[in-house]
Amino acid sequence: MTRLTTTRWRQRVSTVMGTLTAASAGAVVLPLVLIFGFLLWQGASAINVDFLTHLPKPVGEIGGGMANAIIGTLILLGLASLLGLPLGILGGVYLAESRDRRLPWAVRFLADVLNGVPSIVIGIFAYTLVVLPMRRFSAVAGGVALAVIMLPIVVRTTEEMVRLVPASLREAGLALGVPEWKVVLRVVLPTARAGIVTGAMVAVARIAGETAPLLFTAFGNRFWHQGLDQPIAALPLQIFAYAIAPYDDWHRQAWAGALVLIMLVLAVSLMARLVTRGRVGAVR
Amino acid sequence: MAVVYERSGGPGAEAPILPPLVGARRVRRRFGDRGFRELTRGAALTLVVMVAGMAAVMAHAAWPSIRRFGWSFIVKSDWDPVAEHFGALPFIFGTLVSSLLALLIAVPLGIGAAIYLAELAPRGVRPPVTFLVELLAAVPSVVYGLWGIFVLAPWLRTWVQPALGHTLGFLPLFQGPPYGVGMLAAGLILAIMIVPFITAVSREVLLAVPRTQREAALALGATGWETTRIAVLRYGRSGLIGAVLLGLGRALGETMAVTMLIGNRPEISLSLFAPGYTMASVIANEFTEATSDLYLGALIEIGLLLLILTLAVNGLARLLVWSMGRGPMVVRE
Repeated sequence: MTRLTTTRWRQRVSTVMGTLTAASAGAVVLPLVLIFGFLLWQGASAINVDFLTHLPKPVGEIGGGMANAIIGTLILLGLASLLGLPLGILGGVYLAESRDRRLPWAVRFLADVLNGVPSIVIGIFAYTLVVLPMRRFSAVAGGVALAVIMLPIVVRTTEEMVRLVPASLREAGLALGVPEWKVVLRVVLPTARAGIVTGAMVAVARIAGETAPLLFTAFGNRFWHQGLDQPIAALPLQIFAYAIAPYDDWHRQAWAGALVLIMLVLAVSLMARLVTRGRVGAVR
Repeated sequence: MAVVYERSGGPGAEAPILPPLVGARRVRRRFGDRGFRELTRGAALTLVVMVAGMAAVMAHAAWPSIRRFGWSFIVKSDWDPVAEHFGALPFIFGTLVSSLLALLIAVPLGIGAAIYLAELAPRGVRPPVTFLVELLAAVPSVVYGLWGIFVLAPWLRTWVQPALGHTLGFLPLFQGPPYGVGMLAAGLILAIMIVPFITAVSREVLLAVPRTQREAALALGATGWETTRIAVLRYGRSGLIGAVLLGLGRALGETMAVTMLIGNRPEISLSLFAPGYTMASVIANEFTEATSDLYLGALIEIGLLLLILTLAVNGLARLLVWSMGRGPMVVRE
């Protein structure tokens, strides 16, 4: 046994383990390379002007596109932001500003827990809350489901960003006799703006690709947008439907849709990064 | 106007340093502050009410099924919508097995990668790899599913499953015809999906370990790996367990990719090659087809079970990860 614990042995173990961790990092990144490779390879050859500007063709006809789904996804993202952002930002401000002990702790905990609730369960929640009373699938129901998913993310990032605002700024405002609410709205929030915008964009990027909660809320639609109280098409739904269908042309379009979706998600994520880059240093 | 100062503090508590405000302005300010505070409080409370209400609303909608089947719902394994016999065992089994399979693959890889990124990687390598891992976490589930159907499943069918069947076929785990789609494919895609998540959280946990821990171990003559093992991993243990549980929470509720790859057959089989079904998948597939109240109730009850399961796992995980932030823990050897 003593031979096993010589310095040389120990160093060898160290090298081997170091190599293994590097290998596992490689193994974690490898699927990304594979997935993006296939997306670009299959998707790029399938995207064309028709795909971006036309409605889906009837079953059996080749061609057509997903323009309605792209627009539908944008409408759903807009609806979700309209509902989720104000509520989330106000909630975050409360968490950062409140001098209470118990309620903020509970809210923080529940926000983190809600963040881990499966999106399909949130879909059921939105179904019972909106679809059942309205008696039909609708864009609003999809928007509500997505808003619930983005809420905890917005609440928590807003809280963190508001906390970063130096107390001296706040005190300066109060010392001038500005009421507290005005200090929050005119001094604190504008100072934390870049961070809050980043949080909002991260939340939007997260919900842009959500499929499960839309299955029985937004439901999908093969036509153009017909009003917020009607079922609406969404890109992830369309990708799902086309991927599991038995037609080669639909598979081709599913790849194209996935490429468009991932571009959308990445664009929003990258913008979120750029927004923070210049500003947060200035806040600190 | 004399009322103005009486609100804050008793008599004599307040020396009028500022010029007294005109009454109307003072009142407006008070209402503004109160109103704003209540508004933000209301927004925060909405979240609390929502999480509490979620379970209640779902329990209400699931009531026909809860009343009819009681506890037998989670131990019976027949799922027959036509005869209206509902037992959720195959779905619970599928969810647990696919998630555990995913953890088995994802935990060593994720924690290994986190160690590499937090401790060992050269400075220049860290940011790009960390960025790639974050990117992987941003890929939508349905895209993983698409890739799984057209790349992963055929690869499993033609290469991996025959090879496993030849070498390890004596185990019941690797028997049966190679379909491609099935429990193995679902576990693999889940592993791929949660590994960046486990890596990211573990990395944060490791970065939160104080430097003095490492320096003390190094000063005692520990090698690089020994430092990591004794000083860093042991110190961050509860945070790492939290990271794994967060990954598990993700895997349990993951819907689209699994639905596209697990084969969707409500059967309990020992073989990883056989198709299965998960709680999330059955909801995704059958919810819009559920015609009777009982059928819908059964599906919503599955959702409720899934909610309870993930709430428990996530609550525990949060408490563990949070405990990392609350100062150093006792390090026992």
